[in-house]
Amino acid sequence: MNKIETRNLSIWYGDGRVLTDVNMKIKEKCITAIIGPSGCGKTTFIKAINRMIDLTHIARIEGEILCDGENIYDDGIDVVELRKKIGMVFQKPNPFPMSIYENVAYGPRVHGIKDRRSLNEIVEKSLREAFLWDEVKDRLNEPALGSSGGQQQRLCIARALSMKPEVILFDEPCSALDPISTSKIEDLIVELKKNYTVIIVTHNMQQAARISDYTAFFLTRGELIEYGSTSRIFERPLDKRTEDYITGRFG
Amino acid sequence: MISVNFSQKIANIMLWASALITIAILFIMVGHILLNGVEVIDLQFLLESPKNAGREGGILPMIVSSLYTTGLALIVAIPLGIGSAIYLTEYAVKSPLTKAIRYATETLSGIPSIVVGLFGYTFFVIYLGLGFCVLSAGLTLSIMALPIIMRTAEESVRTVPIGYREGSLALGASKWQTIRKVLLPSASPGIVTGIVLGMGRAIGETAAIMFVVGGGWRMPISPLSPAQPLTVHLYELFSAGIISTEIGYGTATVLLAMVLAITFTANWTMRRYIKKIMGE
Ligand SMILES: Nc1ncnc2c1ncn2[C@@H]1O[C@H](COP(=O)(O)OP(=O)(O)O)[C@@H](O)[C@H]1O
Ligand SMILES: [Mg+2]
Repeated sequence: MNKIETRNLSIWYGDGRVLTDVNMKIKEKCITAIIGPSGCGKTTFIKAINRMIDLTHIARIEGEILCDGENIYDDGIDVVELRKKIGMVFQKPNPFPMSIYENVAYGPRVHGIKDRRSLNEIVEKSLREAFLWDEVKDRLNEPALGSSGGQQQRLCIARALSMKPEVILFDEPCSALDPISTSKIEDLIVELKKNYTVIIVTHNMQQAARISDYTAFFLTRGELIEYGSTSRIFERPLDKRTEDYITGRFG
Repeated sequence: MISVNFSQKIANIMLWASALITIAILFIMVGHILLNGVEVIDLQFLLESPKNAGREGGILPMIVSSLYTTGLALIVAIPLGIGSAIYLTEYAVKSPLTKAIRYATETLSGIPSIVVGLFGYTFFVIYLGLGFCVLSAGLTLSIMALPIIMRTAEESVRTVPIGYREGSLALGASKWQTIRKVLLPSASPGIVTGIVLGMGRAIGETAAIMFVVGGGWRMPISPLSPAQPLTVHLYELFSAGIISTEIGYGTATVLLAMVLAITFTANWTMRRYIKKIMGE
C-alpha cells in the first residue's frame, strides 16, 4: 500500500530550484530513507510532506503530494489535521522549555484534551513507545532541557507520537548525537515501523543501510536519481552516481 | 618610541582605573544618600502625610502616588510593548511599516523627558480634558516606558530558538497558540527585564510629569485626583529652598529602596523561573 505519493513535485526558493520533478511512491509501514549530499533538498522534500514548508514564504511548489490518495495542497485541506497525521522530528532536538510531562502533553492539550486522566495515559503511552518511560518516569515534572541529547531526541519522538500520527518524518535525527544514543534511536525507529510509516533523511549511509526498507537518492537541485529497495540500491546501484555516492567517492 | 609592552601596561592601568572610578562613584553616591536617608526613615515617615509645610510628618501620599502613576504607566505600556514586539518579530514581513515602527520607538526613546511632559500636558491634560491627575501622569509615563519595554521584548522574542516554533507548529498548533504557550513563556525572562527597566524609568521620572500630575499632599484615590510622586516631591522640597535636607534624603532613600526592591524581586523570581523551565 502506498501511503504517500509525489507527482512531478518541484519546489523553488525564489528563483532557485531545489526539487525537480520528483515522482515517488512511499510504502505504508515501511522505513524510507532519503540520502544525498548537503543542500540537495532533502529537508525541503520532507518539509513539503507536512506542509511545514508553508512557513517559508518564498517557497513555491508545483506538482502534487498525495497522502492516502488526497492531494495535501488542495484548497480544502486542513493543515492542522494534516500535521496531526504526519508528525515530524527535527535535526536538532527541540524539546520546549517545559517539564518532560508538559512536552508530551503539549500536542494533545493544543488539540483540546484537558482531562488529566487522558493526558496521563497519552503521556505514559507515548513515552513508553519512545523507549523513554523507564528513564524519566520518576522525574516527569523536571525540565526537559535537563536531559541528555539522546533523551531529548526521544522525548521529541514521544511528543510526535502523542498526536497518534500515521506518518513520522525524521530529518537527520541522530546528526547531533553520540553513537550510543544513535543506536537507541535506530532501534526505536525500526520498532516504530510496525505501526507507522517512517521517512528518514540521513547523512549516514550505514544508517540508511541498517534500518531502511527503501532508499531514495537525491542529487543537486533535488533530482531523484535512484529509488528502490535498500538492499538493491546498496548492492546493485543502477546509476553510476548512486554508486559513487554510497561508496563515498563524493558527497 | 614607547614599547608595545609599556603602552599595554598604561592601557591596563587606565582601564582598571576607569572601572574603579565608575564603581566608586556609584557606591559613594548611593551610600551617601542611604546613610543620610536611613536615619530619617521610621514608621511615621512611611505612614503619615506631610505636616507643617513639609518639615515634619511623612510621605505616604507620595509613595502611593509614585506606585499609582508607575502602575498605570505599566498597565498601558506592557501590553502595547509586548504586542508590537510580537507583531514585529512574528507577523510583519520587512516593510516600510515595520521600519517606521522601529524608527518611531528609537526616536521615542531619545526625546527629552521635558518634551514628553509638554506633550502630556497639551494632549492628556488639556486636549483630552483629563486634567492634572494620576491618569495623565500614568499615560505620560507610559510613553517613557514603552520604547524600553518594546525593544527588550522584541529582542527576547527574536532570540527564542526557531526550533521551538517549528516544534509547536509541526504538532498542529496555530501560530497564536505557539506564541502564547511557547514563545512568550520562553521569552518572559527577557521581557520581565525590560519591564523592570521601564518601571525604573517611569518611577524615576520627574520632568515628564511635573506639569501633568497636579501636585499637592493629598492622598490620591481616584485616577483623576492630583498626586505628587516622590520625584516631584523631592523637586519641590529642593526648589522651595530646601525646607529640610533630611526629609529630602529620606524621600530619595525611599525612592531608591523601591526601585532596588522591585529589581531584586523580579530578578530573583526570574532566576527561579529560568531554573524551572531550563534545568540547571
Ligand atoms: N529558507 C530558504 N530560503 C532560501 N534557500 C533555502 C532555504 N532553505 C534551504 N534553502 C536552499 O535550498 C537548498 C536545499 O536545502 P535543504 O532542503 O535544506 O537541503 P538538505 O536538507 O539536503 O541539506 C540549499 O541550497 C539551501 O541553501
Ligand atoms: Mg537538511
